[in-house]
Amino acid sequence: MNEKRTNSDKSILVMDAAAIQRALRRIAHEIIERNPDLNQIILAGIPSRGNEIARRIAETISTIEKAPIAVGTIDVAMHRDDVGTRTELPVVRASDLPLPLETKTVIIVDDVLFTGRTVRAAMDAITSFGRPARIQLAVLIDRGHRELPIRADYVGKNLPTAPDEKARLRLGEKGSEEGVWLVKE
Amino acid sequence: MNTRWNRKDLLGLRELSAAEINFVLETADAFKQVGTREIKKVPALRGKTLVNFFIEPSTRTRTSFELAAFRLSADVINITATASSLSKGETLKDTAKILEANHVDIIVLRHSSAGAPQFLAERLRSSVINAGDGAHEHPTQGLLDTYTIREKKKRFEGLHVAIIGDILFSRVARSNIFALTKLGARVTLVGPSTLVPRDFEKLGVNISYDIDKVLPTVDVVNLLRIQHERQRKEYFPGVGEYIRLFGLTKERAKLLKPDCLIMHPGPINRGIEIDSEVADGNQSVILDQVTNGLAVRMAVLYLCGGIAT
Amino acid sequence: MGPTIIRNGRIIDPANKRDEIGDLVIANGRIADQSAVHNPKSEIAEINAKGLIVVPGLIDMHVHLREPGFAHKETIASGARAAAAGGFTTVVCMPNTSPIADNPSTITWIKDRARDTASVNVLPTGAISKNLEGDELAPIASIVQSGVVAITDDGKCVQNHELMRRAVEYARMVGVPVLDHCQDYNLVGNGVVNEGEWSTLLGLSGWPAAGEEVVVMRNILLAELCDHHIHCQHISTAGSVRLIREARARGVKISGEVCPHHIALTDASIQNFDTNCKMNPPLRTQRDIDAIIEGIADGTLTIFCSDHAPHAAFEKEVEFDQAPFGIVGLETELGLFIDILLHKRKAISINRLIEMFTVEPAKLLKLDAGALSIGAKADVTLIDPDREWTVDASKFESLSRNTPFHSWKLKGRAVRTIVGGETVWAL
Repeated sequence: MNEKRTNSDKSILVMDAAAIQRALRRIAHEIIERNPDLNQIILAGIPSRGNEIARRIAETISTIEKAPIAVGTIDVAMHRDDVGTRTELPVVRASDLPLPLETKTVIIVDDVLFTGRTVRAAMDAITSFGRPARIQLAVLIDRGHRELPIRADYVGKNLPTAPDEKARLRLGEKGSEEGVWLVKE
Repeated sequence: MNTRWNRKDLLGLRELSAAEINFVLETADAFKQVGTREIKKVPALRGKTLVNFFIEPSTRTRTSFELAAFRLSADVINITATASSLSKGETLKDTAKILEANHVDIIVLRHSSAGAPQFLAERLRSSVINAGDGAHEHPTQGLLDTYTIREKKKRFEGLHVAIIGDILFSRVARSNIFALTKLGARVTLVGPSTLVPRDFEKLGVNISYDIDKVLPTVDVVNLLRIQHERQRKEYFPGVGEYIRLFGLTKERAKLLKPDCLIMHPGPINRGIEIDSEVADGNQSVILDQVTNGLAVRMAVLYLCGGIAT
Repeated sequence: MGPTIIRNGRIIDPANKRDEIGDLVIANGRIADQSAVHNPKSEIAEINAKGLIVVPGLIDMHVHLREPGFAHKETIASGARAAAAGGFTTVVCMPNTSPIADNPSTITWIKDRARDTASVNVLPTGAISKNLEGDELAPIASIVQSGVVAITDDGKCVQNHELMRRAVEYARMVGVPVLDHCQDYNLVGNGVVNEGEWSTLLGLSGWPAAGEEVVVMRNILLAELCDHHIHCQHISTAGSVRLIREARARGVKISGEVCPHHIALTDASIQNFDTNCKMNPPLRTQRDIDAIIEGIADGTLTIFCSDHAPHAAFEKEVEFDQAPFGIVGLETELGLFIDILLHKRKAISINRLIEMFTVEPAKLLKLDAGALSIGAKADVTLIDPDREWTVDASKFESLSRNTPFHSWKLKGRAVRTIVGGETVWAL
């Protein structure tokens, strides 16, 4: 049972490591259920946490189905829609998707779905590689407040948030503990 | 504020830190991938206007910047000296002010006067990218040469690079020297003593006038184009003697280590600084330099021009 | 007008071997003695010179006044105002005007213009060669007759040694010294900065020291051959100093002058392509600066000057290699020399400094100036050698502002300039 733990910095733990693992396992099963031909799916993670989540989902799927799953990465920094307004320059990285895309289902994988602009940029990036048969979206957390008509196909947890709150996700990088916290800004 | 890069202009490599140079090269990795996509375009500089302001003509560099700008979705205008009113006596400063009045975001300038890009950068809000100013610097060439070495050799420490030819009048040589010495490579300059004066040793490089002795010891050879116009007749007695002393002939190329890279900024004088066969041989990475030039220029335009002005 | 007494100043008059606190009397535009003040009918004007140095009006024998032809850069009137503001009562102007001062009528025009508009004494020089082209002799005797104090091709340099030899012989006949801007065109090429570390780093065409030294040597040999005085202008290299020293030790009639920028700045200043650091001959290295100061201290180099070279802002605000050479200098010259030579380097005494501004140029050019003898024209400069001030180019009297010294803090300044008994400038 998840305990809501309020920390000194006013953050509340909403998912612990075990909860994350269960959620990702469930997503893996959902993907298998909805995509009979797993050869046709590509899990495309958005750096940096999206990559780790995609990796875990791919590992789970290939353990269950005993077959490898294609994984790629999509850099969205180059495709952002705020050219000319940003004051900080986002770091760009190389994207990598196994080609061709024409018959494939590309599943965008990200950690948190918020305004939807990152996903829009990801779709923009994907279409510069080719024209996949379909694009789906898998996220660990959906925190609401969409600014574009975008919805996720696979959701780990719906987490309603106030606009001044933030979902902080840690996946054990640099030895930190795993979990999702709700943080007041 | 991105602390890894916060310059609006790229005027030269002498003032960059090794960390900044590495950051540009990493950014170029990302943009190189764009060239392999079906739609080779990203909206990173959408709505920005770029002017290729080439007082000194150049098809190769200008095309590279033009392509880089298009792939970033910027709008491009090309101005060459003959077309612009510089030939009517309008000063560089006036021409620049006009460009600014047209809200140009990025100016890529190639000019025969050293310091011209700095002159503009000090006076304009636009980003100024130096595409070659006299004999001073050609920073994007220096960066793409460095990128190519990094791609093939994976390191700079302990690497020995020879730059061969007309060093004195070469902006490519200077930019390369600054970048390579900063990144930890060992640099040897080779050429006629009139074109490789001893003063260059103060930049932390070695000098040799004996190419046959140097070739077996290097990991990279960067050949500069020999300009055999009138102006050089007091510096060396013609191409025949140059080829005999410093040309990378088929024979000389045998002295190289098998994994030594052969580079050239182009355009190549086949048969003068390099034999035709050697230029097309399997140690030559001259075409890679071109591809990398595009990626590096995309990175530079993105970093300098991508911020709100 | 009655007499003027300058009271309680330290009077330094090297020509008369005078260095003492005292009063200086001026009457009817001339230096007078105390007897001039005993007339009870006239009003006595008093100038308080306590704490100041009172010297013969300073002479700058290398300035460009740009008239006729380049009045957008400077006029004789504005140049004279700049001179006065710098403490100078006499300036010698160079012939590279438009038209060139290679003929009597242009020189007469300049003299008339100076007489009508200049607040200080303006003495013209005439050209060595027609049109400064170094090809044919200018009508030197006629030029001298129309009243020049020297001949020079400054701006340019006669390359043909045979022509130079004949010019020096001719000048000997008519009794004027020859001044030379020492530059070998072939060695220098299109050099824009000193050939050295900085020209190598920045990819700018170098102006090698040898380009000056080779002509200094030429002048030494010709001065010997023709037994006539050649004065080498704006000495900038250690090698030139050494050559002049050795020649003078042998008794050759050779001399050299120094501009303040050649001891105030090195070629490192051009690293931002600032055209206000572009001049001919160029700024050089610390080693050259040290040699020049040594040459000043041991009497090898005997004269100070500015090579005041005004250019309009739009002319200087261009690409580095397109910009014209030269900086203004009259209003910063004295301050820089006092600050560097007296205060910072303690290289010479104030007496020698004054001598190099007065006795030395007067002797070379055979001027009736540079001394506070009784009966001499009352050209007097009052100097505060310890006055601290900040250079403000926007307040220059000169029409032009091309200086690298804007915002510099200097110690030492002229505070009053008197020409013919009249104050033409005061701080």
